[in-house]
Amino acid sequence: MGLPNASGDLSSEVDVDAFRRLFPLRFHERHLAESIRPDARPLGRARDTTIALGAVASADGSALAKIGSTTMLAAIKMEVMTPSMEAPDEGCIAIDFHMPPICSPIVRPGRPAEAAPVVSKQLADTVLSSGMINLKELSLVSGKAAWMAYLDIYCLDADGALFDAALLAAVAAFSHLQIPVVSLNDDGKIVVVAEEHGGGKLVKDPVNKEKRKLALSSIPFSLTCILHKNYILADPTAEEETVMETLVTVVLNSSSQLVSLYKPGGPVLAYTSAVQGCVALTRQRVKELQEILGEGISVNSGCEGGSLVTSIREQLIAFVLKSKYDIAVICCMLCSEVYELL
Amino acid sequence: MDIDRGDGRTPNQLRPLACSRNILNRAHGSASWSQGNTKVLAAVYGPKFGTKKNENPERACIDVIWKPKTGQIGKLEKEYEMIVKRTLQSICILTINPNTTTSVIIQVVNDDGSLLPCAINAACAALVDAGIPLKHLAVAICCCLAESGNVILDPTMLEEQKLRAFVYLVFPNSVLSVLPEGSLLVDGEPIEHGIITSVTHGLMSVDDYCQCLERGHAASAKLSAFLRRSLQPPNPSDSSKTS
Repeated sequence: MGLPNASGDLSSEVDVDAFRRLFPLRFHERHLAESIRPDARPLGRARDTTIALGAVASADGSALAKIGSTTMLAAIKMEVMTPSMEAPDEGCIAIDFHMPPICSPIVRPGRPAEAAPVVSKQLADTVLSSGMINLKELSLVSGKAAWMAYLDIYCLDADGALFDAALLAAVAAFSHLQIPVVSLNDDGKIVVVAEEHGGGKLVKDPVNKEKRKLALSSIPFSLTCILHKNYILADPTAEEETVMETLVTVVLNSSSQLVSLYKPGGPVLAYTSAVQGCVALTRQRVKELQEILGEGISVNSGCEGGSLVTSIREQLIAFVLKSKYDIAVICCMLCSEVYELL
Repeated sequence: MDIDRGDGRTPNQLRPLACSRNILNRAHGSASWSQGNTKVLAAVYGPKFGTKKNENPERACIDVIWKPKTGQIGKLEKEYEMIVKRTLQSICILTINPNTTTSVIIQVVNDDGSLLPCAINAACAALVDAGIPLKHLAVAICCCLAESGNVILDPTMLEEQKLRAFVYLVFPNSVLSVLPEGSLLVDGEPIEHGIITSVTHGLMSVDDYCQCLERGHAASAKLSAFLRRSLQPPNPSDSSKTS
C-alpha cells in the first residue's frame, strides 16, 4: 500500500467499490474510525444467527446453523461398537469437518482445504474437553457395547467465523440427537429395533427402552474476534478475515468457564486488556446463543408429530432459512397446516 | 504450594534447556532445541523464489512442514503446522523478501510434553541461524493447571495427560533498548507481555488463565535470556553464515 495520504485522497475520486478492492485495509480502517463496519454492524455485534434442528431426516440428530451467511450443516449418526479396554463403560464421539468446494472460491475440487483438518481438530478438542457430554451416557452394556456417535459437519458457505458456526451446529445437533431403541437378540448381539415393531415382538427387553435424549451439561459457545490496532471486531466475515489477520477465538461454556482461548499467531499482540475485551464480548454472545438455541429447540419440539408433519417441517425449515421470517410466525403457520391435514 | 512433580522439580522450575545451531550441512539454517527429554530439530530452506497458490505475492511466504517421530501426519500435525506457520509469520518481516517462500521443517526427535512450545523455540532459533529478517524473537512456554489451581511450568507428557488443563503461550522476547523505560510500554504493559499465540486445552476459569499468563511472562524472561545467549555466535567464523 502506498502512502496513507495518497490513498486517502483517492477515496474522494474513485468509486467506493474500486476503493474497496484497491485499498482493502484503508477501506476497513475508515469504517473502524467511525465505529462501524462495512455491513453496517457496530464493532462488537455478531451477525444474525439462526438454528434449525432436524434438517436431515435420515440422521439421528441434525441441525443447520447460520451466522450471517456462514452456513453449517451438522448431522449425527449413531452406531453400536465394542468399547475399548481402557474405558469399558464409555461411548465414543468422532468429529469430522468437511469443506466441499461449493463453500468458498478458495477451496478447489480434488484438493482438500487447508483449514478443514484444523477446524476439525479444534472442534473435537472443544466438544470433548468442555464436559458437555458424559461419555458414560453412551454406554449400553459395560465392556460389551457402547454408542459411537459420528458427527459430520459440512460447511455450505464459508463467510468467516467458521469455527463459531461449526461449534454452534455441532451443539445444536447434539441437543436434537435422539438415541435409537436397541435390544439384545438371542445371540447376545445388539440390534436396532425398528419403530413399527413396538415392544410386542421382542424376546428380551430392549436395552434402550425408548428413544432418549442426551443430557447436555455446560454447553460451549464461541466467538471469534479480530484484533486490529486497538479495535476488537466480533464475528468477522471472510473479507475482514483476509484483510486483518489477527484472530482470537474464545470458547466459554454456559457455566462461564473458559474452554479455550485460541490465538494462532497474527501480527497484533494481545495484551491483557484485549484478552479481557474478547472474553467480555464472548460472555454477551453466550447469552444470545443460549436464547437462540433454546428457541430452536422449542420450535422443534412444537413440531414433533407424525411423519406427515416432518416433511412439512423440512419444507418450512428451508423456507425459514431463505426468508428471515420470525420463528413464531412460522410456528403458527405450521400449526394451522397440521390442523388442516387432520 | 508444594506439588509433587514426578521429577522432583519445583512448580516454577523448567527442565534443562539445550540449544545448538548450524547442525545440518545442507539446510540454510538449522537448530535443535531440547527441554528435558523433549527434543525438536528444525531446518530452514530459503528464501526460495515464488509463493504458493492463495498466498499474497507481495509478501514473503512461510511454509511449515511438521514431521512426527513416527507414523503419518494427521489432524494434530496439521493444526501444529498452521499454528507454527502463523506464529513465525508474525515475527518475520515479510515485506523484505516479497514473492519468496521460506520452508521450515520441524522434525520431532522425542516427545515428552510441551512439544509445540519446544518446536516454536527450535524454529525461531533456526530462522535466526538462516539469517531470515525478524522483528523480534518468539519464546514459547507451556503452563499446566493442577487440580488445586496451582500453575506448574514446562510439564512432562505424564503431567500434561494427568492434570486438568494446560496452556501453550508464545510471547515476544524481552527487548534490550537504549530508550528510557516506559517508552516501550503498550497499554501500560511491556511489549514482551503481548500474546503472540495462545492455545489452551481443558476447562479453566478466566482467572486461572490470567494466572497462567503471569507465570508465563516470568518464565519467558528466563527463556528469552537463554535464547539470546545461545544465539550469540561463539566465534567470528561462525557468524559468516548469518550474513
